[in-house]
Amino acid sequence: MSQKEPLFSEKNIKLFTDPFNHSNPVTVLVLGICSALAVTVKLQPAIVMGLSVTIVTGFASCIISMLRNTIPNRIRIIVQLVVVASLVILVDQILKAYVYDVSKQLSVFVGLIITNCIIMGRIEAFALGNKPLPSLIDGLGNGAAYGMILVIVAFFRELLGSGTLLGFRIVPESFYVKAGGFYENNGMMVLPPAALILLGIIIWVHRSINKKLVEK
Amino acid sequence: MNRDSNIYTVLYATVLVVVVAAVLAVASGALKAPQERNKEIEKKMNILTSVGKAAGADNAGDKNAYIEEEYDKYIVEAFLVNAKGVKTEGDAFNADLKAELKKPEAERRLPVFVCDDNGSKQYIIPVRGAGLWGAIWGYISLKDDFNTVYGAVFDHAGETPGLGAEIAGSEFQKQFSGKKIYRDGKFVAVEVIKNGSVATDDYRVDGITGGTLTSKAVGKMLFDCLSNYENFFGVQKQNK
Repeated sequence: MSQKEPLFSEKNIKLFTDPFNHSNPVTVLVLGICSALAVTVKLQPAIVMGLSVTIVTGFASCIISMLRNTIPNRIRIIVQLVVVASLVILVDQILKAYVYDVSKQLSVFVGLIITNCIIMGRIEAFALGNKPLPSLIDGLGNGAAYGMILVIVAFFRELLGSGTLLGFRIVPESFYVKAGGFYENNGMMVLPPAALILLGIIIWVHRSINKKLVEK
Repeated sequence: MNRDSNIYTVLYATVLVVVVAAVLAVASGALKAPQERNKEIEKKMNILTSVGKAAGADNAGDKNAYIEEEYDKYIVEAFLVNAKGVKTEGDAFNADLKAELKKPEAERRLPVFVCDDNGSKQYIIPVRGAGLWGAIWGYISLKDDFNTVYGAVFDHAGETPGLGAEIAGSEFQKQFSGKKIYRDGKFVAVEVIKNGSVATDDYRVDGITGGTLTSKAVGKMLFDCLSNYENFFGVQKQNK
């Protein structure tokens, strides 16, 4: 590297924090919606999914950035896919070996990280034109920002749909109609449309806080 | 070298794929042992859970050691039974249920695990079937009258989280305890019915709201798998 740049330089910090606000992959760029609907019924899978995506996006961006000057242009996308797919398989294998219970919960969704548009999006838009370290930070930031949205959606879906959080009961059993109370879980919250509606509300809130995002 | 030439492209792709294959092969080899061990522990855990044992697994310091200890303590016997209901030799723990169920009925040799808790015996029978999206499986334990269900545990490959996947939850599973698989001498297994449509009597349990297809698949799985053991139940009842 010709010019030495500190790890926590303003530019690098901005790379990491931007995705949380005005370039959020889910709410602003509207990427990765499919998995946001699928894994957000409960909070725990959403957290693990967020972490897995963060790791894959970070390392995929970093590796592709290291290879960026050697990749033949015509098979660019294939090379990217091979790298992403192998990372996902690695993550899946490691989850199976060391956190077996969680890996069982996520089941097919770990494999589906490969198809998450955020990963390919960041590689195409950023890693192909930047050095490995900024690419790594950019990837980690986008993955984490995606995870944050998953966690917010999953929080409301688990609370309103099942009355629990991370499996712990929040709404007391005695409140339920079955036990003579007045409360009933919102059945729609466990179905995918609820995630879409919640996501819409999050985008609405996000845009009313950050006016710059509102299209004229 | 010209990055757009055909030779470079082909060479690049070849090298990349070989490197990636090598990395994945090494990782898979290195992680195989803990993965196999997880599967074995999970199986033992499921067998124990179906008879209400190993409840402290989540709080145990060394979960694997705890499961092994409980398994050795309670599971006193494991054997295979043939279609006539006679015990045969073989490795019951590693029996491949999926392969056995594909064979013609007369050739099947199916595993039974026996749990002995201070003299009261339960017979644990593995079950396997097709859910809505993928395989479902589990273990159901019967009291030594070979009619009353002692407990059940189910798991699945990819049922819908929050809906069909709830068959793996304790709320659903604990309903099975005390149910009967014979109704007036006729084999019925335990029927899983749509939530609230008829009263749940001794032979039926409530399905999961929003997971009707998976719930029905559980009922079908129980019927299909347990019916293979009818001869075994008959032989055991006669010997009593």
